[in-house]
Amino acid sequence: MELTDIAIKSIYAIVVVSVLMGFCSYAVLAERKISSWIQGRVGPNRTTLPFIGSIPYVGRFLTRLGVFQPAADGLKFLFKEDITPDHVNKVYFILAPILSLVPALTTVVVVPFGYFENSAGEVVNLVLADLNVAILFLFAVSSLGVYGVVLAGWASNSKYPFLGGIRASAQMISYELAMGISVLPVFMWLNAPGTDGTLSLVDVVNAQGGALWNAMWMPVSFLIFVVCIFAETNRLPFDMAESETELVSGFHTEYSSFKFGLFFVGEYAHMLVGSAVVAILFLGGWHPLPFMTWADFGVHGWLAGVLSVGTMIGKLCGFMFFFMWIRWTLPRFRYDQVMRIGWQMLLPLSIANLIVYTFVIYFLERP
Amino acid sequence: MTDLFFYLFATFTLGCAFGVVFSRNPVNAAMFLIMTFLGMASLFVLLEAYFLAVIQILVYAGAVVVLFLFIIMLLDVKEENTHRVTPLTWVASLIGFALLILGVVAITSSDNIKAVGDTLPEAAGASLKNFGYELFTTYQLPMQVTGFLLLIAMIGVIVLSKRMKTD
Repeated sequence: MELTDIAIKSIYAIVVVSVLMGFCSYAVLAERKISSWIQGRVGPNRTTLPFIGSIPYVGRFLTRLGVFQPAADGLKFLFKEDITPDHVNKVYFILAPILSLVPALTTVVVVPFGYFENSAGEVVNLVLADLNVAILFLFAVSSLGVYGVVLAGWASNSKYPFLGGIRASAQMISYELAMGISVLPVFMWLNAPGTDGTLSLVDVVNAQGGALWNAMWMPVSFLIFVVCIFAETNRLPFDMAESETELVSGFHTEYSSFKFGLFFVGEYAHMLVGSAVVAILFLGGWHPLPFMTWADFGVHGWLAGVLSVGTMIGKLCGFMFFFMWIRWTLPRFRYDQVMRIGWQMLLPLSIANLIVYTFVIYFLERP
Repeated sequence: MTDLFFYLFATFTLGCAFGVVFSRNPVNAAMFLIMTFLGMASLFVLLEAYFLAVIQILVYAGAVVVLFLFIIMLLDVKEENTHRVTPLTWVASLIGFALLILGVVAITSSDNIKAVGDTLPEAAGASLKNFGYELFTTYQLPMQVTGFLLLIAMIGVIVLSKRMKTD
């Protein structure tokens, strides 16, 4: 590989990660605004910037919208006192927040987010690395995120974080099984006899172009996957790791300032990547409608690029809204209920679903 | 370039493996074990066996070591104190080391292995489909037997832990 190639790839990677971080900060704002909307409050509407805020009408509107709030939140994380308690294991205490953020940012490498047609009319997919084993890579790297939570719980050397860490590790391992099995029908369909074997996410999206979206004819897979995504990202109603009514705030009780900020950003990065994966696997990726692609609408060239990325971001935001809607609507499960749902309901259901689709795909694709 | 990366990752893997063995703190040992697996996964990537690399991380680093950590933390395993080294330990470890050296010498000096090198198929990472077909046709029996062994182990664990409870 040439040196310029490496430089270009690095720049792409930095751009994608920066965009993801930007989305994270505005996801926090969205969470606060949506929660206040659901609870009949106003939400953040005071933070303002010196010059932009004083533009007549526009500045006031943006301030009321809370557009400047993420900057203030970020600065708050940076400037608060960073306390490292005496009783912690220093190395792992510092390592844990990093370990929970890095996998979330790494998984974005294999997530495709659109395509465009170059001047020769060839379709170029917008993805950092179109791996043949993309879905496995995604599961593998995101499963490393559990170490951040477990080590934070252990290194804090106090009761509540420890309980939170233990709960999180048990929960994440349990739901990984059902999640892995629930996506198998999607890939069995993709790898039906007579096609080249692939686990690439780009191919999943392409297979849904001009056809039914996977969510429509694999509703059970979709449902199981969505429930497991909630459990894997530790979001309510599965936020056993934090569970502030029982465990103060779970695994990050002892964390403050910037280290807490890393956990916080890591959670939202996980949610964003999870939403993108749901959109790609089940909701048709960057295709605007079932049975229709942008090419069917007569959109080509760079416009297709803009519209496909826009569609993808739209679906992602829609699913993020769903995440937050659920969080502020449903109460939290009890821990034994979480385990029962995972092992006694979702796992058998996903196996039954796999067997049914094995037969369906066999009869549809029988040579 | 590939050679350089091979030496880099091989050294990293070996260093972490030594870390696993020499750590007195079990949590440190588990973390070194994860890094050993990551190093081995990168060696698989250099061999273009991407599937193996990813599975290595998914199964071992992502699930098995989490269970190790889980057990270490739940049982609150304390740091190991230095055991007194008896002459018997010395003899046993020397014999073990000699056997290891013998094995390495036997493998590297064997002509069979060098001859096989050219006839081996390409790394399976290029096409997952080949991998699947081989697994479910040529290697069907070993795979079923392995699965059955794991099932036995699982049932064994359940039986043992149930008995502990009723006593």
